[in-house]
Amino acid sequence: MSKLIRMDHTGHCTLAEWTPDDPAAVERAVEAFRSELDRGYLAMVSTGPGHAEHVRELPLDAELVIMRLPISGG
Amino acid sequence: MAAADVLPETASVHWRRRVDAAQLRGRGRLWTLTMAAHVVPFAGAASLLLWMQPLALPVALVCFAHAWIIPELYAQRGANVLRPARRMSAADAAPGPEQRSVGLLGDLVGHEARELHARTGLVLEPGRLGAWLVGEKGAVLLHGGRRPRAYCYCVKVDPRRPAAADLPSGDRIAHLLLALRSDEQGFATVANLAFAGAPWRLRRRMSRETRAALKAALASDSRSSARL
Repeated sequence: MSKLIRMDHTGHCTLAEWTPDDPAAVERAVEAFRSELDRGYLAMVSTGPGHAEHVRELPLDAELVIMRLPISGG
Repeated sequence: MAAADVLPETASVHWRRRVDAAQLRGRGRLWTLTMAAHVVPFAGAASLLLWMQPLALPVALVCFAHAWIIPELYAQRGANVLRPARRMSAADAAPGPEQRSVGLLGDLVGHEARELHARTGLVLEPGRLGAWLVGEKGAVLLHGGRRPRAYCYCVKVDPRRPAAADLPSGDRIAHLLLALRSDEQGFATVANLAFAGAPWRLRRRMSRETRAALKAALASDSRSSARL
């Protein structure tokens, strides 16, 4: 089961869960994913120890997709 | 580097040159020169005054104090990037969200980093430029191998986003960690350099707990340099 989560004031919340063979769940996840992108969030996927990747489309095969806010110099 | 691999936030600082190892060394040397430019004139003036007129001792002492305090203030500025963020309200430090955020952060890092975070509040992340210590509102890069230099970067979740104000500590670190992992050079480009200098100067200004993290980062940097 893949998960789309967003880091927020609650620690994090699950926005969607899906398996690639469930089209309805995939559609809901893609919708939630796009909605977060529209709100200015960035999507990250871990790609191994010490590596992460910024993604612009929901990777259906990823176990965990994390939505984060942009960073800036302080 | 493919556009997809570049940290999106670098677009907001498009005028900055992308940080690499050579630029890091150059900036480090520039910091050393700047410190010398602050210290030498004050120390020189103090010595000259004493030589010319010993009764000018009080003025010479003021000059020496300036020569000492300016580098110390810069080092303090560097150490401040590793301090925990000030909580805006009691709700921000609520145990539930804090624990959840630390749990997610723990899933992102290995056992050793998790244990170090529990002790110090900082995450150690080995990178290609060196070893990083990531805190809630900044990160320190140890770069240089045998003669390492600490580069203290002020960087945090964009405070212009309303949702950023309420983030628990683990999430703040996880934001920085994910950005760092996706594009290390881009991360260093977006961040503002607050201080660069010898790690011992930084160490004196850190709390006892966080010194352990600095020690671990120095060991990690020297290990990775030995491998290269």
